[in-house]
Amino acid sequence: MKIKVLILSAVSSIALAASAAADSITVVSWGGAYTKSQVEAYHKPWASSTGNAVVSEDYSGGLAEVRAQVEAGSVTWDVVDVELSDAIVGCDEGLLEEIDSSMLPAAPDGTPATEDFMDGALNECAVGNIVWSTLYAYDKTKFDTAPTTMADFFDLEKFPGKRGMRKVAKNMLEMALMGDGVPSSEVYDVMNTPEGIDRAFAKLDTIKDSVVWWEAGAQPPQLLADGEVSMTITWNGRIFNAIASEGQPFGLVWDGQIYDLDLFVIPKGSPNKDAAMDFVKFATATKPLADQASWIPYGPVRASSIPLIGTFHSDASLQMIDHMPTTAEALKNGVQNDYMFWADNGEELNERFNAWLAK
Amino acid sequence: MGLASGMESTKDNHNNVVITSDGIPLKKKLAKSLFQSRLRAFGLVAPLLLLILFAFVIPILIFLSRGVYNNTFERHMINLTPLISSWDSNSEPTEAMFEALVLDLKAGKKSKKIGKVATRVNRELSGTRSLFTSSARKAKKLKAPFKDSLIKANKKWDNLEVWRAMKLTSISVTPAFLASALDMKYNADGTFERKPEERRIHLQLFLRTLEISLIVVLAGLFLGYPIAYLLASLPVRTSNLLLILVLLPFWTSLLVRTTAWIAMLQGQGVLNDLSVVFGLATDEDRFSLIYNKTGTLISMTHILLPFMILPLYSVMKTIPPSYVRAAKSMGATNWTAFWRIYFPQTIPGIGAGGILVFILAISFYITPALIGGQDGTMISNFIDFHMRKTLNWSLAAAMGGVLLVLVLFLYWIYDRVVGIDNMKLG
Amino acid sequence: MLGPSGSGKTTCLMMLAGFETATYGEIRLGGKPINNIPPHKRGIGMVFQNYALFPHMTVGENLSFPLEVRGIEKAERKKKVTNALDMVQMSEFIGRRPAQLSGGQQQRIALARSLVFEPELVLMDEPLGALDKQLREHMQYEIKHIHEQLGVTVVYVTHDQSEALTMSDRVAVFDDGRIQQLATPADLYERPENAFVAQFIGENNRFKTEIIEVKNDKVLARTATGSILSARKVNCGEVGTTSTLSIRPERVSVGLKGENTTKAKVLELIYLGDHIRCRMSVEEDNEFIVKVPNSLNHTHLEVGEETTVSWSSEDCRALDNGD
Repeated sequence: MKIKVLILSAVSSIALAASAAADSITVVSWGGAYTKSQVEAYHKPWASSTGNAVVSEDYSGGLAEVRAQVEAGSVTWDVVDVELSDAIVGCDEGLLEEIDSSMLPAAPDGTPATEDFMDGALNECAVGNIVWSTLYAYDKTKFDTAPTTMADFFDLEKFPGKRGMRKVAKNMLEMALMGDGVPSSEVYDVMNTPEGIDRAFAKLDTIKDSVVWWEAGAQPPQLLADGEVSMTITWNGRIFNAIASEGQPFGLVWDGQIYDLDLFVIPKGSPNKDAAMDFVKFATATKPLADQASWIPYGPVRASSIPLIGTFHSDASLQMIDHMPTTAEALKNGVQNDYMFWADNGEELNERFNAWLAK
Repeated sequence: MGLASGMESTKDNHNNVVITSDGIPLKKKLAKSLFQSRLRAFGLVAPLLLLILFAFVIPILIFLSRGVYNNTFERHMINLTPLISSWDSNSEPTEAMFEALVLDLKAGKKSKKIGKVATRVNRELSGTRSLFTSSARKAKKLKAPFKDSLIKANKKWDNLEVWRAMKLTSISVTPAFLASALDMKYNADGTFERKPEERRIHLQLFLRTLEISLIVVLAGLFLGYPIAYLLASLPVRTSNLLLILVLLPFWTSLLVRTTAWIAMLQGQGVLNDLSVVFGLATDEDRFSLIYNKTGTLISMTHILLPFMILPLYSVMKTIPPSYVRAAKSMGATNWTAFWRIYFPQTIPGIGAGGILVFILAISFYITPALIGGQDGTMISNFIDFHMRKTLNWSLAAAMGGVLLVLVLFLYWIYDRVVGIDNMKLG
Repeated sequence: MLGPSGSGKTTCLMMLAGFETATYGEIRLGGKPINNIPPHKRGIGMVFQNYALFPHMTVGENLSFPLEVRGIEKAERKKKVTNALDMVQMSEFIGRRPAQLSGGQQQRIALARSLVFEPELVLMDEPLGALDKQLREHMQYEIKHIHEQLGVTVVYVTHDQSEALTMSDRVAVFDDGRIQQLATPADLYERPENAFVAQFIGENNRFKTEIIEVKNDKVLARTATGSILSARKVNCGEVGTTSTLSIRPERVSVGLKGENTTKAKVLELIYLGDHIRCRMSVEEDNEFIVKVPNSLNHTHLEVGEETTVSWSSEDCRALDNGD
């Protein structure tokens, strides 16, 4: 990967030397089908309209690399796709460039950007691009009656088999509570009490012996495909791709889903700051956001993009809008990830989660 | 000695000093040439020495120092730090302290460093991160008296625990991270206490890391000793071929070998499929060989086996067959000859292989990360977790420091029990 | 056992000890076949070329090891170890490790160790090979004395003929995997049975000849130049076959007439004190050696001088063709 990137940047720096006007920026994202959707919807159109080059690099989330680059004063990443909580923390810690949201293009009908974006998608240092969801998927061949609720995920008797879960406290605790009967709207209220946390861990205890823990987003579809687990917590885009492109017999359960935002940020001291700003401005306009949604079912954060969402790029019979985390059905018992809660309590809860895991 | 006494006889009668042909005292000349040759020798090793110093020793020391030194608060809360360090931790915070806090929050908001301070304090008192960031956003509008206005902005400022946490973080040289690495909590009044049970994890991890490393060493010895013996006693042509087989895994990346073990050990993997075919397990109830300690042990033993075999082999290669023959000619049975004569002579190889495997195992990272699952992960995975996920580098440094001390301590014990010079890599 | 390297003497020794399997034949010790007895039950002591002293044990522990594995009691062991060390005058080194000893000292310990459990037979595989000449000669006598003192049978492997002649009652000369001759040192020298032994033990002058007549224990043989020489029949074929005639240099007289007399030319003279070594050209052989004793009225020779040499047919042995 690194070598490939080096070659790409070498090639692009040669191109740069040839035409002094063109810039080359490095855009960093999560890899796989997600990065592909961004390359198709953002990188290519932007590159062809400006004559600039885009080098695409993968990472696995978190602020560590950004922090290392900024603190060492040698920033090589120009645009990074981060989770909301990282955008907030990075901004607070001064790791990110400020982005003036008033410069973002208005919707086609003239609605200013600040009103067009959903809540939380714009802040001082970041511009949102998608809504994605953490939910659970199951192997249709393993069960006669399909699971429908979060409680079913924790019911080993009715739905036997191993469970895949992400090896972090974040969202696993919320799901445990929803599986224990807490309505999605009250989850964070319960979590703010010590008893609520105990209750979440107690619920996790009931299935602990049957859990296979995963860390990278590519793992859950693989675990399901290999038959290692019969149900797994996953990200909706990854599992949709396994269903739509590979024809895997997987089902998704939206009940108890937790949705979150991904945002573009620019590390402080980016050498191509202007080009990076231009890229963010371009990518988060109404049309590219809608285009991106035909590659992966991560919903656009602009209201004006929703009506423009088309069909899956390789299968015109799949209406992408039906698979978004923001449909009425998906939101019925869903909740938005509370980044404030996790920014305040994440470390302590992860510490406890790890201690619980190791027990 | 012979040279010196030879020189003695040519001593100059008048001043008792040996003079060389160009009139310089011999002693001086010898010292000079000795110094020159030493300088040349030093010049030859200097590049490597400098590389090790600047690329290895100094970075490690700098990083380890983070485990006891963190000046985030002191650096970014310049007004509050002197006031809070003289505060007695029990009385009500004064208006001056609140005013200094507001000044610092304003400055922190402007310089965008308030997030760092918030993260730092949040580590001592969970749930205070948003208190700092949200108050910093409001700080510009706050008016005197600052105590009332700040508490009105967020009532948590009235909580003495918040102030105690700030006092704790205002001390830059702190044992707090080391304490945390050992599942302890460092309090504002300078005492230590154990963390609540559900948050204790590191001691257990250190113990598990030691346990896994020891088992890997023993398993490696058990499996590697016969192989090394076979290699050492076969004709050179055959043993070279087998040695290549031993070294073959080194030609593939660690990641590939680890992934291969996933394919072997997983629920639907080769080993389980075979077990089902031979009736050792049922299709529904397969063995859990991976994502747990068993998986970590199996694959780490395999990956580290060559490091055990090679020192053993090279030591065994130097033991002539005549020793065992001599023992047998004196009436020792095969077993006695092995146990009393051959085995003791391989101890240097066992020592070298054991130490090598142990040191590699104790800091093993990729394999437990990929197949460790919930109870097969090791301390380095948590150091990595704090380096990359929680960004708590100070805690990571403290844990690394504890691990280093632990390894040195074990090394010292090894030296006392076995003797470090009783170790041979070949 | 004496022989050039690669002649099979060590292999033979290892078969005696039980570390090599004999593919054919039987090995008997004191009349009992021992082919199927494992090495550790044969009760044969052994001294190795590199001594094979156990480096991780002290001298005392090394000596006590063969007694320990035989289950001998501690007090008894101590006595025997002390005796054995006394025998080789190494008592004060009992607490040392082999690495702290010199080569000669290690050799003595190895010797003591092979004898400490009083074996019927002791095998020694070139035990003095690593020592310098002076020490080697000293140890040769010492081993011989111990051997005489204890009366134990020693099978001793060496490639050094003077060592073999010095130490042995009987010497087996090995070549090409076979025992060429088994005899006392004197017999080996005086009465070699084939060309290899004659040539391997001591110096000798050789002629390639053709047998022309065989009469009782005498033969007449013709050299390449046509001279007819008479010799003692030892190991030669019938009339018409080739034979090597062998004469020891000290059995040749110069200038006198004898049973076999032939012309010679002096090529080189080396004064060696007790005798004069004289290289001559005889029967087209430029390497013919004669030892002229340095007696009061010995023949005075000059380089280039033409004279005659003669010897008794008793001293000239007709052997195999030597190939």
